[in-house]
Amino acid sequence: MSVEEVVGSLHSGMTIGIGGWGSRRKPMALVRAICRSSLEDLTVVSYGGADVGLLCAYGKVARVVAPFVSLDSIPLEPHFRTARQTGTVEFTEYDESMFMFGLLAAAHRLPFLPTRAGLGSDVMRVNPELRTVRSPYAGGEELVAVPALTLDVALVHLNRADQRGNAQYLGPDPYFDDLYAKAAERCYVSCERVVDTADLLKEGPVQSLLISRSMVTGVVETPGGAHFTTCEPDYGRDEAFQKAYASAATGPETWRAFTGRYLSGDEAAYQEAVRQFREES
Amino acid sequence: MSVTVATRAEVCVVACAEAFRGDGEILAAGIGGAITVLAARLARLTFEPDLITHDGVCLLTGDVPALGESPEVVEGWLPFRDHLWLVLNGRRHVMLGAGQIDRYGNSNISCIGDWSRPKSQLLGVRGVPGNTVCCPTSYWIPRHSTRVFVPRVDMVSGIGHDRAAEAGPSAHRHHDLRRVVTDLAVLDFQSPDHSMRLASVHPGVTVDEVVSATGFPLAVTGDVPETRQPTGEELRVLREILDPGSLRDREIPA
Repeated sequence: MSVEEVVGSLHSGMTIGIGGWGSRRKPMALVRAICRSSLEDLTVVSYGGADVGLLCAYGKVARVVAPFVSLDSIPLEPHFRTARQTGTVEFTEYDESMFMFGLLAAAHRLPFLPTRAGLGSDVMRVNPELRTVRSPYAGGEELVAVPALTLDVALVHLNRADQRGNAQYLGPDPYFDDLYAKAAERCYVSCERVVDTADLLKEGPVQSLLISRSMVTGVVETPGGAHFTTCEPDYGRDEAFQKAYASAATGPETWRAFTGRYLSGDEAAYQEAVRQFREES
Repeated sequence: MSVTVATRAEVCVVACAEAFRGDGEILAAGIGGAITVLAARLARLTFEPDLITHDGVCLLTGDVPALGESPEVVEGWLPFRDHLWLVLNGRRHVMLGAGQIDRYGNSNISCIGDWSRPKSQLLGVRGVPGNTVCCPTSYWIPRHSTRVFVPRVDMVSGIGHDRAAEAGPSAHRHHDLRRVVTDLAVLDFQSPDHSMRLASVHPGVTVDEVVSATGFPLAVTGDVPETRQPTGEELRVLREILDPGSLRDREIPA
């Protein structure tokens, strides 16, 4: 598939889970393609980073479901901040493990899962729809009943995949990409390189085969598709570019110049503009 | 290198390290910045050798590298999914930061102002709600001021003693708020109503300075002791092994 074909299969108003963590292994080529599309009113479920920020900047988002939005080396995501401070997006703010339990519940086809995380915090105040549940066992503890975070679509970026959707991570952390895939009705995998199934174990052990084809609807090869976030060991975070992204967000003029230079064309044009950015810096 | 008088940064590192004393074989996690990471590593290299420390990404280090260096020995793997499990399991003592903290130790890293349309969006609650009800928690506040020490936080991310009690036994059972270390003092919750108490002032700091930099009434009982000075060995480990580049001074200037 192409990134355009993946995005062409999506609809406005969908709930989309985005893999990775903060500014790490985000399916940015797919995110950029959504920015170029006519999609809108999306609910974005993410351990958020530049994916959430960019989609907010392009007015694609109705609601963000997240425990944080951060660029890691730059703690605060500028576009997400603006969206919150101007009231242009709704926000479902969860604790990190509440968020994980929401995905786990969806993956296991359960209506909710209980956890202590969130009790006593203002997460309960700002999400008035949250309920608690009493343990039927000894002790009768009252726990947060985290509702299933069922996704219409999951978008993840892995290092390698075969054509059928078996997908492999080669970096230090799988993040929660398999869980997003399991919590979604459809999952699209973008990857650095599509390889023959027989070659998957040439680069990593069997434990690196994170996602099975049974959970995947489509695969797209997008070299540099996580840029400017990390995609180890293929590449690290492009810190200089991330800095340029964040400083461009400080004003409408600088942001217009940034989007004009990098985001006005397709993915190939983006990668070429990034190559030129590297040559200049 | 000759051991001279400890800097404020070094006093702070040792005061943070002291938070991990007696913790044994659990993960000592410092969040962000040099001081808390140095504190966990210093505690491990001196008085708390069984502590587990990590590289800031997902490796548990078998050795104790200098700040910014990679470990030569790796003893474990802690990807985010296991980190979240560890938080809920409780075998972790974290030293968190906070944009705001109140007298019962409720903390905020989420946003400043009204949550529905904040004046300033910060990180979001991250894992702090779960952290504070499930595992030992301390705080490191590099600038002790009335901006941070407020009567009421705008969004309770980390829960303090009053909220833990109100939320019932499930929230209270593993709630274990230990201490707050700042550039001026060490604070704990060893007062009759578990409100914040001035435990010690750093050398060169007066009780009045701390009280006036705190935006709520601080429990002050009797003569407040001075935060202990680093030992010669601690200064040697800090200066020669863990932080020869003096990154600690960038966080707390001498």
